[in-house]
Amino acid sequence: MLNNFQEFYNIIPILLIGAGFLISLLIEMYFKKSDVILPWFTILIFLAAGFHALYAVNSVSVIFQNMLATGGIVNIFYIIFTFGAAIVALLSIDYIKKYGTYFGEYYILLQTSILGMMLMAGAKDLFMIFLGLELMSVSFYSLAGLNRKRLKANEASLKYFLLGAFATGFIVYGIALIYGTVHSTSIDMIASRFYELSSDKLFIAGILLFLIGFSFKIAAFPFHMWVPDVYEGSPTTIAGLFSTGGKAAAFSAIIVTLGVLFTGRIGNILMPYLAVISVLSMFYGSIVAISQDNIKRMLAYSSISHAGYLLIGLAAGNSFGVAGVIFYLASYTFMNLGAFGIVALIEGKDESNLTLKSFSGLASRYPLLAALFSIIMFSLAGIPPFAGFFGKYYVFIAAIKSNLTWLAILGVLSSVISVYFYLRIVVLMYFKDAETDLKIDVSKTGLAAVIISVLLVIIIGIAPGTIIDLIAFFFK
Amino acid sequence: MLVQYIPVFLVIAVAIVFAVATVFSSEIFGPKRPTQAKLSTYESGMKPVGTTHERMSVKYYLVAMFFIIFDLEVIFIYPWAVQFKKLYIENGISVFVSMVIFLVVLELGYLYAYKKGGFKWD
Amino acid sequence: MNIPIEYYLILSGFMFLVGVAGVLTRRNAIIVFMSIELMLNSANLSLVTFSSYMGNSTGQLFVFFVMTVAAAEAAVGLAIILAMFRNKLTLNIDDINILKW
Repeated sequence: MLNNFQEFYNIIPILLIGAGFLISLLIEMYFKKSDVILPWFTILIFLAAGFHALYAVNSVSVIFQNMLATGGIVNIFYIIFTFGAAIVALLSIDYIKKYGTYFGEYYILLQTSILGMMLMAGAKDLFMIFLGLELMSVSFYSLAGLNRKRLKANEASLKYFLLGAFATGFIVYGIALIYGTVHSTSIDMIASRFYELSSDKLFIAGILLFLIGFSFKIAAFPFHMWVPDVYEGSPTTIAGLFSTGGKAAAFSAIIVTLGVLFTGRIGNILMPYLAVISVLSMFYGSIVAISQDNIKRMLAYSSISHAGYLLIGLAAGNSFGVAGVIFYLASYTFMNLGAFGIVALIEGKDESNLTLKSFSGLASRYPLLAALFSIIMFSLAGIPPFAGFFGKYYVFIAAIKSNLTWLAILGVLSSVISVYFYLRIVVLMYFKDAETDLKIDVSKTGLAAVIISVLLVIIIGIAPGTIIDLIAFFFK
Repeated sequence: MLVQYIPVFLVIAVAIVFAVATVFSSEIFGPKRPTQAKLSTYESGMKPVGTTHERMSVKYYLVAMFFIIFDLEVIFIYPWAVQFKKLYIENGISVFVSMVIFLVVLELGYLYAYKKGGFKWD
Repeated sequence: MNIPIEYYLILSGFMFLVGVAGVLTRRNAIIVFMSIELMLNSANLSLVTFSSYMGNSTGQLFVFFVMTVAAAEAAVGLAIILAMFRNKLTLNIDDINILKW
């Protein structure tokens, strides 16, 4: 029985969020003032889960008959998801009123999607990967189209749904083939039999289908077509969650399932595939982003190119690369949430003020917003003192260690291209006169959320070494 | 190997020939004296009204969706119920508790749909 | 008289390809959605096949989960399609184009 208590103690983050969304359902049903209570309750749940994950980061174990893992990099992923989601919830308090009518389901679906992400990151079995993925995806489809009166939101959620379900089809078929060849759905079994099966065509086909399905979810190049449309059509805060939490969760699923490839014990047979889609995503995202006029679409293309940088770490296929990817995901989560947060603050009624023009001359009227946005843009572009730089740095170093210098050079080239469109916004804010008569009432909670994420970006940038050592310690 | 199926194929062939023959023989040999009343649609003696292509109310979709969601959970309960005795001896009360938790979560969803007016017809 | 496992796998692979072709070529959102369901069912078929040939019940268990999740997805999908239809009065995905691809 004591053993059982330890098991439950280790998955408190999952239990908290599971209980949290059930309580949220009750609050939404029975309280008249649920629009005041729910956001704060949601934030509280997320923070509690996140801090527990941080506190219990050392309790590495495998529980529930080899279904879930806890501790170590799993908890690091939990921390990324929950803190990211807490920032999203904080941003949403005022944004959701500006965007349209209030929906209590917004916060409930936010919690279920995070629960799905956590199940994916902690999975030790393809069952959990599949259930977590679907819990996250179904919540995301509904979140994208929550305001059903709005045609753009309808369209975004329809496109997201059709392509997301298409990707799920690939993943399930891949799982079927993997199960057929490995004779088990346990990830440990897959890892231990990977080498002997790597000449089995059926098994490789399964792995590739699985990876193609997840390439949709991480928005890598040939499977990226939904990204700009969905980000533009959905609520800005939710687009921020798609680009950070959704991407991090899909990467966590890849790392968890195919982890054996990235430890260096057996050769990384998927390296060619990963390297090719990584190069294509980086350049496609960076080049197309230059021609975008809508800030949300620009961030969407930037998110595609970031998927490319992250894939470099996986293509490198050593434990240093994986640690780099996780570090990159942490820093990317907070800087992109900051970027989408500022867009959400500036966005007016009916999705106005979303063109790049509305940012011109921002520094003279809203100096704080302009300063925060500049920091985030510098970080996204990968300019030294901030977190974004170290993410790219670790990933590129990992590639060089695996003799993939050409990949690292292409990565650097692509980031040089991306500097242009990130810094263009900074130039617009500081050196141009205002072109539109921008009037916004900056919401206090939203501003607080943005400031928190910028602070996190700076903190991660100050002490990257300790964090990367911590991750590398847990991923052996 | 296929030889053993010959009787089955024979029965199928006879059935098809018989069905086609009876339908078309009445068409060929029977007398035809159509009147207005005979040609109209049979509606249990009522006068036929409107077209046959009636549009379904969108509310049926809602019912269908709720049905899909709450009906399929039974595939988890069924095997559990069949194996309950064996599982109970092996694992004790936790077998029962876990299914209760599952049902409570499901019922909360049901209650939510009810409270939000999902089952209101108008 | 055992049917070889390849027959099932070829059938399921064929179903999967039909589903993929349907998603890529059809223009009605509902039919695209049905093609996706076909893909999921082809995966179910191969899971059941493997499970029965290996004498291992995990695959059949997985099919249960796929079915339930597909039902949940179908409910959400139909709701989204319905909301779209109420606003736009079309389900042709070529006409759904305010957001440029």
